[in-house]
Amino acid sequence: MSSPYEIRAVEADTPEVAAAKARVRRRRSIALAIALALFAITFYTLTIVKMGPALFDRAL
Amino acid sequence: MTGEAGVGDYLALLKPTVMQLVVFTGFVGLVVAPGGINPFIAIIAVACIAIGAGGSAALNMWYDSDIDAIMSRTQNRPIPSGRMTREEALVFGMVLSIFSVALLGLATNWVAAGWLAFTIFFYVVIYTMWLKRLTPQNIVIGGAAGAFPPIVGWAAVTGTVSYESIVLFLIIFLWTPPHFWALALYKQSDYGAAGVPMMPNVVGEKSTKIQIFVYTLILAAAAMLPTFFGFAGWVYGTVAVVTGFCFSYLAWRLMVTHEDVPMRKAARTLFNYSLSYLFIVFFAFMTDNMLTRLGTFS
Repeated sequence: MSSPYEIRAVEADTPEVAAAKARVRRRRSIALAIALALFAITFYTLTIVKMGPALFDRAL
Repeated sequence: MTGEAGVGDYLALLKPTVMQLVVFTGFVGLVVAPGGINPFIAIIAVACIAIGAGGSAALNMWYDSDIDAIMSRTQNRPIPSGRMTREEALVFGMVLSIFSVALLGLATNWVAAGWLAFTIFFYVVIYTMWLKRLTPQNIVIGGAAGAFPPIVGWAAVTGTVSYESIVLFLIIFLWTPPHFWALALYKQSDYGAAGVPMMPNVVGEKSTKIQIFVYTLILAAAAMLPTFFGFAGWVYGTVAVVTGFCFSYLAWRLMVTHEDVPMRKAARTLFNYSLSYLFIVFFAFMTDNMLTRLGTFS
């Protein structure tokens, strides 16, 4: 009985290709981490700058 | 390796070479605007213009991946070369565009953010999706998208749009047709194969060269407006006259060159000069403005 679904064999990556893909993923992850860190630092600094002298202008 | 795009591919999506002039003209708009701005907020504003330009470039590559695959100039871009999927470019472009507008609004004001959002919309929807494949006037009207950054920079400081920033817009707007048509003249087989109706492919080389010359003369005159209106001094005025004359001469030389190889060479020379022209004119405008503020001319 033939299957209604086409089954295709997925070729496994050679060790060289797998290692290359892993390197690309790692670099991408590092870049994303740097971008997220910059995002957090930017918003933190922006908040301080926007508040200005009013930062300490509150009841203690 | 589809789905394994590297960091360099994501950077290529931002069209960093095109971004340089966009960021520089936006920066000049911000520096010459009257009033003060916190240096950190100024850096964020310029970064937002850069990120917004990068986001719209990514969206442009998402939409144009079919014609990018045909043209020699663009077929090595991340999507046509198979290193990245269209969906990845779409998500990346949308995230950058929304992020840049939101951050600019929070850091400066919502007038500047609104202009940045409109710039992205104009480039992606009006130019890329609508005009580019429809009419040879595509880059004349679509060129407005590349001319908005000084308005965004100016609005980031002042919260308004004034005639000074509109004059800066006008200079870039009039610069765009000679710049892109010079490129189209020596890359017209590329555009023709992709079915993009650039001016040389539609009306022919002769008419395009005449239009380049006319636009260049109007640009050279428009570049004098800051001195004419009194918001730039003689330093800028002198630079505008000299660079405008050189631009007009190169456009005239292109117009009277008819043989194929010399004509393409003249077109390439004009294209390269036009890149320097915009940088020099805006740099002179900024220098003149700073010298005036420092009281050098008083």
